[in-house]
Amino acid sequence: MEQMKYTFNVEKDDFVLAGQASSNIKKLLRQLGIDSGIIRRLAIATYEAEINIVIHSLGGCIELEIDPSYIRVIAADRGPGIEDIDLAMQEGYSTATDKAREMGFGAGMGLPNMKRNSDRFYVRSEKGKGTVITIEMALKAGA
Amino acid sequence: MKVREIAEALNAEILCGFDGLDTEISCAFGSDLMSDVLAFVKGKTVLLTGLINQQVIRTAEMADLSAIVFVRGKKPEEDIIRLAQENNIIVLLTRDTLYSASGKLYARGLAGIQLD
Ligand SMILES: Nc1ncnc2c1ncn2[C@@H]1O[C@H](COP(=O)(O)OP(=O)(O)OP(=O)(O)O)[C@@H](O)[C@H]1O
Ligand SMILES: [Mg+2]
Repeated sequence: MEQMKYTFNVEKDDFVLAGQASSNIKKLLRQLGIDSGIIRRLAIATYEAEINIVIHSLGGCIELEIDPSYIRVIAADRGPGIEDIDLAMQEGYSTATDKAREMGFGAGMGLPNMKRNSDRFYVRSEKGKGTVITIEMALKAGA
Repeated sequence: MKVREIAEALNAEILCGFDGLDTEISCAFGSDLMSDVLAFVKGKTVLLTGLINQQVIRTAEMADLSAIVFVRGKKPEEDIIRLAQENNIIVLLTRDTLYSASGKLYARGLAGIQLD
């Protein structure tokens, strides 16, 4: 298997299309015959990242990279960025709007849940610039 | 418990997934918070919820949930049902409230999820 890359756009405040990138990614990985446990964990983490772009950011994109030894998802947005990442990572911390809460989000569970569901997880964020979430799953031991 | 038995217990209308009625369900979770569903639920689970939108279906899709029960008789729009259909998720609709529907299923032996 060669390395493959895909990019999906994610619009802010689009609660109807939200989740489509994660859905496409999940279906793609299923077609490739990736282990269903790995797909499930990655799909949940990717979906949480996608919803965060929709409800907290100005919009962004999700990139999927598939390699024989790993799968990497990079969710990047155009701001406003996270001021205090340690605080944002705490369960229960949320600045979600009423609209996001009406849609069933805003419990402050997303970031810790992404971390729990990834083999490797990184958050990079700069106030005013944007946030980049990296989620990696190993496909072979030691990868 | 089979989806069919859940539908019978709740006197529920089957909105989609007629060919999945023999699917075995091992536990249930009731919530209007999709964040909690994503954080706590693992497979072969039925979700009972009063929240009705596309993201309920997306959440079920991501978490590999087998079935959703919408409570309080709130019927989802056609496009929500279609999204569930495309993802092989069974959707039931009951007139019971979240509390009553959960109680009926619990009394019939369907357990809640195990938190670790
Ligand atoms: N992409 C982002 N851009 C800006 N702020 C973000 C972004 N992602 C997360 N945050 C900030 O971090 C907080 C915690 O995020 P987290 O995903 O854990 O919870 P939530 O999205 O508020 O609720 P939940 O994920 O449970 O629906 C958010 O409320 C928000 O303040
Ligand atoms: Mg979130």
